[in-house]
Amino acid sequence: MNKIEINHHISRQFNEELEDVRNRVLTMGGLVEQQIANAVLALTEGNSALAEEVIDSDVKINALEVSIDEECTQILARRQPTASDLRLIVAVIKTITDLERIGDQAEKVARIGLHLIKFDAPQNHYLEIQDLGERVRENLHDALDAFARMDTEAALRITQEDETIDHEYDGIMRQMVTFMMEDPRVIRRSLDIMWAARALERIGDHTKNICEYVIYFVKGKDVRHISLEQMQKAALDKRE
Amino acid sequence: MNDQARVTDMPNRISHRIDMNSVGRSQKRLNLAAEKTSIEVKGLNLYYGEKQALNNINMVIPSNRVTAFIGPSGCGKSTLLRCFNRMNDLVDGCTISGEVLIDEKNIYDKRINVAELRRNVGMVFQKPNPFPKTIYENVAYGLRLQGINDRRKLDEAVEKALKGAALWDEVKDRLHENGMGISGGQQQRLVIARAIAVEPEILLLDEPASALDPISTLKLEELIYELKSTYTIVIVTHNMQQAARVSDYTAFMYIGEMVEYSDTNTLFTNPTTKKTEDYITGRYG
Repeated sequence: MNKIEINHHISRQFNEELEDVRNRVLTMGGLVEQQIANAVLALTEGNSALAEEVIDSDVKINALEVSIDEECTQILARRQPTASDLRLIVAVIKTITDLERIGDQAEKVARIGLHLIKFDAPQNHYLEIQDLGERVRENLHDALDAFARMDTEAALRITQEDETIDHEYDGIMRQMVTFMMEDPRVIRRSLDIMWAARALERIGDHTKNICEYVIYFVKGKDVRHISLEQMQKAALDKRE
Repeated sequence: MNDQARVTDMPNRISHRIDMNSVGRSQKRLNLAAEKTSIEVKGLNLYYGEKQALNNINMVIPSNRVTAFIGPSGCGKSTLLRCFNRMNDLVDGCTISGEVLIDEKNIYDKRINVAELRRNVGMVFQKPNPFPKTIYENVAYGLRLQGINDRRKLDEAVEKALKGAALWDEVKDRLHENGMGISGGQQQRLVIARAIAVEPEILLLDEPASALDPISTLKLEELIYELKSTYTIVIVTHNMQQAARVSDYTAFMYIGEMVEYSDTNTLFTNPTTKKTEDYITGRYG
């Protein structure tokens, strides 16, 4: 049962419905990924037009969440899915909630970007935010990939990478505190950078959640709030 | 004003009520190993002539639980159910090997009194089959067979059985009307009342709801839920959602074999074998 055959229902219509829901989650994921990239770019380059675009596009993500949710409710009501089908729907419902929240965090980064335009950019052009942003975007990309391929090994790997993100975030915090102590004039700017880093770190946490849903969907094991070891065991568990 | 007082009062009251030790502990999972055994099947094989219909079935059916058998047509689930009260004895060319133990006695032992066994293990079929007698006589039938004719005893037993089958309120004013004159759903509950009037330990239900409309089906399912505190119930159903709704344990059978047998929650959310997964999700192999 390593590969769940999503397309083998006797009811072809049911196949199409499940396939459609899955595709729309990936579409939503792609959009959210783009939002992160744009928000970080807007912040680091001081591009206010791009930041506005990110803020406006959040509506699209919210609308997608609502409509995928509705589709899932209809499938639950009409098809009464069981086993892996049921787990797929549950995983989708949870995944889109996290994606929507990631969208909100991206919007937050864009807003901070608008705010930061008022200050002189630091010499490194917010390199730390650029790095952290790139890393969380890549992780989200990989998580969506794992979702599409039902790849629990990848999901497990990405979950573990969240620790690197947390370290990087801690690093930025320490750095900002040092800056603020050295020169009180940069406090406003530094606080903004801290908020932006915080938003990106939260995106990492949501991505980790999505990976946990992938493992739940494929293996039927709930891996939230358990030790890494137990999680490894669940994710790599082989069955017939 | 009052509302406000209530709102501010809330956190206090909640913290008193919630037992923090029980928070986070998942609901109790059913565990077959911890159950009391009602029926034990050991190495059961059954042949209709040359054709093998059941292949080495081993299982333990817990008492005071609902156990459902699911599987495609011809997989042997009804055959297995019929083994539990030796209904297959009536089929020509049917041979059986292995053991079925009820109360630790092999019911295929020569010394077993089959009539007594069938009193202890009641059965309800797909189509309601009341006798062409009054509602009262339908329920009293088994008791009269046992030689009970005392009017007061019969009245009591009939009322108890009809109440047990959730039919009393609907028929109490017409107990002496013909049992064939009530609706299909009521007839099916009448048949269940007839079965429980003789106070069996085990109730076998063979597709009891397949001829009923959705509302009657729900009433029957509600009845099954109530009956399980008194009886061990084994149900065969084609309707998987029904098995998921009413049963504590579910067995999936395929071509005479027991493919998977576990608690219903696990079987319907995370089955172990691919065959089970394919069947319950409606996939082809």
